[in-house]
Amino acid sequence: MRPTARGARQQDNLASYFEEQEGQLALADGSRIGVIGGGPAGSFFAYFLFRMAESAGLHISVDIYEPRLFDRCGPAGCNHCGGVVSESLVQLLATEGINLPPTVVQRGIESYVLHTDVGQVQIETPLQEMRIAAVYRGNGPKQSEPVAIAGFDRHLLDLSATVGAKIVRKLVTGFDWNHGMPQIRTADGDMATYELLAVATGVNSQILEQLNSPAMDYQSPGTLRAFICEFHLGQATIRQWLGNSMHVFLLDIPRLEFAALIPKGDYATLCLLGEDVDEQLIESFLASDEVKACFPDTLVPTPACHCFPRINVRAAVRPFADRIVWVGDSGVNRLFKDGIGSAYRTAKAAARTAVFHGISKADFEKGFWPECRALIRDNRIARLIFGVTTLIQNLRFLRRGVLRMIAREQRDAGKNRLMSSVLWDVFTGSAPYKEILLRTFHPVFPLRLTWNLLAANLLRTERKGMKEGAR
Amino acid sequence: MNSGSLGKTYADGAIIVRQGDSGDCMFAIQKGQIEVVRRGKDGDVRVAVLEEGEIFGEMAIFEREARSATVRALGEVRVLTVDKKTFLRRVQEDPSLAFNLVRMMSRRIRRLSGEIAELQPGGVARSQDTLALTDAERRIERRNRTDRRVTKDRRSGGNRRRDAERRGAVAASPSPA
Repeated sequence: MRPTARGARQQDNLASYFEEQEGQLALADGSRIGVIGGGPAGSFFAYFLFRMAESAGLHISVDIYEPRLFDRCGPAGCNHCGGVVSESLVQLLATEGINLPPTVVQRGIESYVLHTDVGQVQIETPLQEMRIAAVYRGNGPKQSEPVAIAGFDRHLLDLSATVGAKIVRKLVTGFDWNHGMPQIRTADGDMATYELLAVATGVNSQILEQLNSPAMDYQSPGTLRAFICEFHLGQATIRQWLGNSMHVFLLDIPRLEFAALIPKGDYATLCLLGEDVDEQLIESFLASDEVKACFPDTLVPTPACHCFPRINVRAAVRPFADRIVWVGDSGVNRLFKDGIGSAYRTAKAAARTAVFHGISKADFEKGFWPECRALIRDNRIARLIFGVTTLIQNLRFLRRGVLRMIAREQRDAGKNRLMSSVLWDVFTGSAPYKEILLRTFHPVFPLRLTWNLLAANLLRTERKGMKEGAR
Repeated sequence: MNSGSLGKTYADGAIIVRQGDSGDCMFAIQKGQIEVVRRGKDGDVRVAVLEEGEIFGEMAIFEREARSATVRALGEVRVLTVDKKTFLRRVQEDPSLAFNLVRMMSRRIRRLSGEIAELQPGGVARSQDTLALTDAERRIERRNRTDRRVTKDRRSGGNRRRDAERRGAVAASPSPA
C-alpha cells in the first residue's frame, strides 16, 4: 500500500488503494448500492457494507428494496422458512455485536429429541445453555400473537436501517443495464441506476428468472419443494409436550429427508424436507405414531397456516458479474441446514469484497467466490452424510444401534459424546459437514458403533428369545 | 426466565469466571451487568463494570493463560458463551470477524490511557472500564502506587511532626545525646 504514489481519485477509491490497480471497478465516496430483497441476506449485506465502508472512511448510500412489511402476521409478512438460527450463528452474531433480544427469539432451544420407531432420545447442548434461536421470519402465523414480538427479518432490516440503509417499500419488477451500470425498475414504473447491485431475493421470487441472462453467465439455483406449517398449541402445551427442545424425526417414510418440529411462542413449526414434498408424504408423516405422540391425546391439530416454499439445494452458477452479486438463497446455500448462516456468510463475503477489493466480476471471483466454493464443497460431504442418515432412516437395526449409542453417551456425563456430537451438529447445522465427517474417523467411533449395533440387536433378540422360551 | 432468552442466567453475585481458572470461551452479555474483580495483594479491586452488548473473557481466546480476573453478576444477568473453537474456526476464514473485538479492545485501551493520563499524584490508580492492562501499563500503575505510598508516608510523617510541634512535644523533648 503506497497511498502517496497515487492520484487524487485513488484517495477516495478504496478498492484500488488496496489492489494497487488503476481504473478498476470499485466503490468510491458517494457510490450508490441497490439491494433487491430485505431478508437476512439483504440486511446482512447492507449492514456489513456500511460497517466496513465506515471503518475504511468511505461514504456510500444503500437502498434496500423490500415491499413486504415483516410486522404483518401470516404469509404477507413471512419469508417462508423454518426459522432456526443455528448455535454457531448465534455466537458469531454476538461476536459481531448483533444480539437477538427475547422479543425476536420465540424460544431458546437447549436440546434435541430424536424420534424413531425404535424409541426416542434427548441430546443435550454441550453447555446446557440456550444457544439456538427459534424465530419467526415474519410476525408469526395468521391470527397469531403480534403483541410484543418482532420477526427476525424485521429485526435485521431495522438494524441495517440504523446503520444508514434506506428501505424502499417497492417491488422490483425489472432489470436492465444503463451505460454499463445495473438498473432496476419497480412496480410503479420508477427506475434507479446503481454502481453495485446485490440480489438477495431468495429462490421464490419472479425477478430471479429475469436475471438468468446468458450475458451474465448466472444460472439460478436448483430447488426442491419443502413443506412448512404452524400448529397453534399455546405456551402451556408447548412447555409440557415439546419443552425447549427441537424434535427431529428419523422415520422410514419414502422421499422424506428431514423432519423437525420447532417449538416457538404459542406455536410449533413443522418443517419437512425431501424429494418434492406432496400431500401424500405429509399425510404419511402426520399419521405416524412418533409424530402423534408429540401432541396431547395423540391428536395432530389442524395447521394455522402452511406453505410449500422452494429451497436451494444446488448452488447457482456464477453468482457474480461486473457490478452485480447474488447473496443468500439466490446464490449458494448450505444443504438443508443453516440457511440464515449461509446468508450471513455469503452476504458478508460480498460486502467485504465490494469494499476492500472491488466490484468487477474478477474481484468477486477472487474475494466472494471462495466463500461460496467452501459451501459448495462442504455440501458434497453433506450429501454423503445425509445419505448415511437416510440409510439409518431405512434400516431398523441401524436405528437401534445409533439410538443405544446416543442414550449411553447422554447417560454417562464423563463419556466422550461421539455420536451425540455428530448428530447434534448434523441437526443444528452448527459445524461444517467436513468437520462432522472427520469426527466419525475417531478410532473409538466405529468400535463403539459396532458394539452398540451388536448389543442393540443381538442382545435384544436373545432377550426376546428367552422371553418367548419362558412363555 | 423468558422462553425467548438466549444464553444462561446467573443470579446476583454468582461467579461466571474465576481468576486463575483456565478458559476456552468468551462471553457476550445479553442482559444485565457484570463486574470484573481482580484479586491483588491488597484484596479485591473492581476493575470494570460491563453491561448488555459487551463482551468479556476474550483474552482467553487469544492467549493460553489463566483467567486474569473474576467476573461476577451484578443483579440477575444473562450471558451467552462463545466457544473458542467456533470463533477461531470462523476467524481464519473471515478475519473481519475480529473487527468488533479489536474495536472494543481498542476502546478499552483508549479509556484506560485517558484515565492514566488524568491520574493526579496521590489519586487512586484504578480503572473503571478496562480488563486489559498491558505490561507497560502495569509497570506505570505499580510506579504510581509506589510514588503515592512515598508521598503518603512523607505527608503522614509531616503531619505527625506538625501535631507533635503543636503539642510542644518536640520542643520540650531533650535532644539525644
